[in-house]
Amino acid sequence: MEQFTGKVWVLGDDIDTDIIIPTEYLALKTIEEMKQYGFSPLRPELAAQIGQGDILVAGKNFGCGSSREQAPEVVKALGIRCVIAKSFARIFFRNAINNGLLLIEQQDLYDDMEEGDRITVTVNQDVDYRGKRYPIASLPQNLVEIIAAGGLVKAMRRRNGLDGERGQEDGTDDC
Amino acid sequence: MGQTIVEKIIAHNIGAESVKPGDIVTVDVDRVMLDDIMIPFIVDKFREMGFSRVWDPDKVVLIYDHLVPASQQDDTRHYRVGDAFAAEHGLKNVHRSDGICHQLMTEAGYVKPGNVVFGTDSHTTTYGCVGAFSTGIGYTEMAAILGTGQLWVKVPETIRVVIEGKVPEGVMSKDIILRIIGDLGADGATYRALEFTGQAVEEMSVASRMAMANMAIEAGAKCAAFTPDGKTAQYCGISLDAFQRGLKGDPDAVYVKTIAYRAEDFEPVMACPSQVDKIRNVSELEGTVIDQVFIGSCTNGRLEDLQAAAAVLKGRRVAPFVKLIVTPASRKVYEEALECGALQTLMEAGAIITHPGCGLCCGRTGGILCDGERVVATNNRNFLGRMGTSKVEIYLASPVTAAACAAAGKIVAGRQQ
Amino acid sequence: MGMTIAEKIIARAAGVEVVRAGDIHTVTLDRMMSNDGTTHLTVDMYHNKLKNPRIADVKKMVFIVDHNVPSDSAKTAGSQKKMRDFAKEHGIDFWEGKGVCHQIMMEHYVCPGELIFGADSHTCTYGALGAFGTGVGCTDLLYGMVTGTSWVLVPETVKFNLTGRLSEGVYPRDLMLTIIGQIGANGVNYQVMEFTGEGAGSLSVNDRMVLCNLAVEAGAKTAVFEADEVALEYLRARGRKPKAVFKSDADAVYAREYTFDLTKIVPVVAKPDFVDAVVPAEEVCGIRIDEAFLGSCNNGRIDELRAGAAAMKGKKVAEHVRFLVVPASQEVYLQAMEEGLIRTFMESGAIVMNPNCSVCWGSCQGVIGENEVLISTGTRNFKGRAGHPSSKVYLGSAATVAASAVKGEICMADML
Repeated sequence: MEQFTGKVWVLGDDIDTDIIIPTEYLALKTIEEMKQYGFSPLRPELAAQIGQGDILVAGKNFGCGSSREQAPEVVKALGIRCVIAKSFARIFFRNAINNGLLLIEQQDLYDDMEEGDRITVTVNQDVDYRGKRYPIASLPQNLVEIIAAGGLVKAMRRRNGLDGERGQEDGTDDC
Repeated sequence: MGQTIVEKIIAHNIGAESVKPGDIVTVDVDRVMLDDIMIPFIVDKFREMGFSRVWDPDKVVLIYDHLVPASQQDDTRHYRVGDAFAAEHGLKNVHRSDGICHQLMTEAGYVKPGNVVFGTDSHTTTYGCVGAFSTGIGYTEMAAILGTGQLWVKVPETIRVVIEGKVPEGVMSKDIILRIIGDLGADGATYRALEFTGQAVEEMSVASRMAMANMAIEAGAKCAAFTPDGKTAQYCGISLDAFQRGLKGDPDAVYVKTIAYRAEDFEPVMACPSQVDKIRNVSELEGTVIDQVFIGSCTNGRLEDLQAAAAVLKGRRVAPFVKLIVTPASRKVYEEALECGALQTLMEAGAIITHPGCGLCCGRTGGILCDGERVVATNNRNFLGRMGTSKVEIYLASPVTAAACAAAGKIVAGRQQ
Repeated sequence: MGMTIAEKIIARAAGVEVVRAGDIHTVTLDRMMSNDGTTHLTVDMYHNKLKNPRIADVKKMVFIVDHNVPSDSAKTAGSQKKMRDFAKEHGIDFWEGKGVCHQIMMEHYVCPGELIFGADSHTCTYGALGAFGTGVGCTDLLYGMVTGTSWVLVPETVKFNLTGRLSEGVYPRDLMLTIIGQIGANGVNYQVMEFTGEGAGSLSVNDRMVLCNLAVEAGAKTAVFEADEVALEYLRARGRKPKAVFKSDADAVYAREYTFDLTKIVPVVAKPDFVDAVVPAEEVCGIRIDEAFLGSCNNGRIDELRAGAAAMKGKKVAEHVRFLVVPASQEVYLQAMEEGLIRTFMESGAIVMNPNCSVCWGSCQGVIGENEVLISTGTRNFKGRAGHPSSKVYLGSAATVAASAVKGEICMADML
């Protein structure tokens, strides 16, 4: 079972995509140029503080708002290992999965969590925080497969015969 | 067992008798919308995936709207990338300065009742106004659709919203959808479809339904659904076939929840800073001093919105030191508003009329605000920093309310004028 | 020895009988205009640099937001708020989004015989009504605002004698670009361009504004026409009266004289990156463009919108071209609506924008990108003025610009 430990940054409810990456910066050429502005309307200093392997914990409806896929890409580029929230907005959820960013729904952790503490995540099982176990659900099978393929781009490359074996034609399994 | 509108559309698309919530199915896409902000990313992903041709160029619509007119030097790069991709793949449905994507998709006839449509913008839920299944996706999934013509979807549960009765004077469909979002919460319909029905909905124009479908996403909904009727057929320039006529929720369809309203109970409301579901009656907010008013966007930039605002502002002036910015949703809307005199009325009142586009709503140009300023706006989001700094206060309202506020220089209810 | 119009205006403002070129005089300013390009700086200095800040006469002050409107960033919004708050606090006339500053000044304020400072180089436009308008920096403007006075070095006057009339399809803009091309971008440095002769008398106030506005591109301190019946009629129609109507004396002293035969003027274009790199338009025909701009304080008035609309003849803008049409003011915009010009532009596929300075100064509306080419009715074609440093700007008349938008390459209206 995949397991990792990381330092936690805590954000609130309804963290929208305009907070994650404001429209002003969406037309920058690369995610690398954009990532310094991540979360800037809410916490301008946060992007520089986040380290590789850190974890975001938030309240309900994380990623609500626009369909901008730059949002999960920026979160990932900042080094965030996974986002644990009470709930996620659906477009953000799909975009994150398609980019291989792990999202975990957990109802109770946010209420107990203090920023700066470390937690240990056991994928598809639970989160360990100060010795208390917070159970987490498994992802649906089709999403597990996209993540397993390394994201949608890789799944499509395989389908098109570019990387490894050619995928199935019906699309269900690989997209 | 009966089905909801969205279940019927998806079942029809995949050639099944029926589908049920939670089913994961692969749909054949009828139409896709690509916008100017996302086009370079879509093209990159499309190439990276190894595709060499677009599955069906006629089903692709490319629209420049967020970056028109260009406010930064690099903006025009997006047009060049889009133009080159369109030329390479023979895309003919390209709009370079005709208005906001969601307005054009319905207005120009790209979306028909019963279609399955995806767009790289969250307000793609708008097309539910004509009885289509439509929702926003990211650029990676869009690239995959361009290559395959397909996408997987999880059949959503449906929340039914029933509105019976007559909507009072001075209340617009914007007030109704804001109230519903307030009641549901900003995540109250996440992963779900919102199906609107009842006498008040039947009596609404397609434009009014559009404002509601547009904002379904603000309650987290995957999509919105209205039953296509005579008005829909006229708007789309078609006659409805049996399948389209049948796009209504069956009496024995299963809804995860039904919420009912009496239309007479609605009154003008606003979404207060900085949550779309922080709804207050305008009467509770009266007197709040404002700096700017924005009437426009894919939510409320249509002819009926401009006419409603013009009716409020006829013979009056925008308050001193207050700026009123009006952005028609499309070239056609602009031309119709010009024809009927609404634009002249608004300009004579002191409005700044801009070219159709996303303008201020997407926060790139068109009236960005600074610390300490307060704006009343008819668009769909009042998120922190959406129209400037995080110390800008954004109040979302109907065009009638917005126009009344512009004249008063403070928050007032439209119908009191 | 007699005086020129410019000398008489300065003498009046200085309260003296006679002034001569080269004299320095303290003058009482009749009016001051400041826009959102620099007003926030003036306001900062007002608050931070003065011991006893005061405004000599608020009735003489006009603040106009036109450069970035509606604003494109929180920073410009902040500058504009500073300006708006200051105007509100002091009771200064304040215009926002109603038009380009010089157009607003001409429509609502400028009177013959006035001496006007504007914190913008194209303040020389006001000579079209027989006023002395000149551009100053924000320090000069602040001094004027606080004391009501300033100093001027009386400039020499250069006479431009205009004979004959412009041919069909040739516009005052072609004439002025031709003049600048001939005398050079510093041809009348610190001098006044005085336009006279029957050719000058034949021009409308709209046309005179086109000439005076570009005088600064030849280095002039200002330009001036005699306030004749044409000018006085413009004034009467707007309910204003002249401060003083001056004519140059027969024995006035001119530094130089030029004569231009209007019948010989042809459509011209100024090539990148200099306003005086002027060639006959036919020499540059065929150059592919990305954007065309019809607007600005030089060329965004009703006459130019008419010329542009006529040149398009109901045709469509080329697919790859962005054609920006920006009326110079709300008044012009409403008139153009009334005449059906706006409908013509919209139906052709143009982008019709709210009155503002737009791409003429490379602001938020229609900036051009890397290696892009713009043909413009704006005031300047300096390197990078309209956007990316590698971009190129050609200047032409409204007819040439509109025709080029249709053709997708530089093209003269009679070639469509």
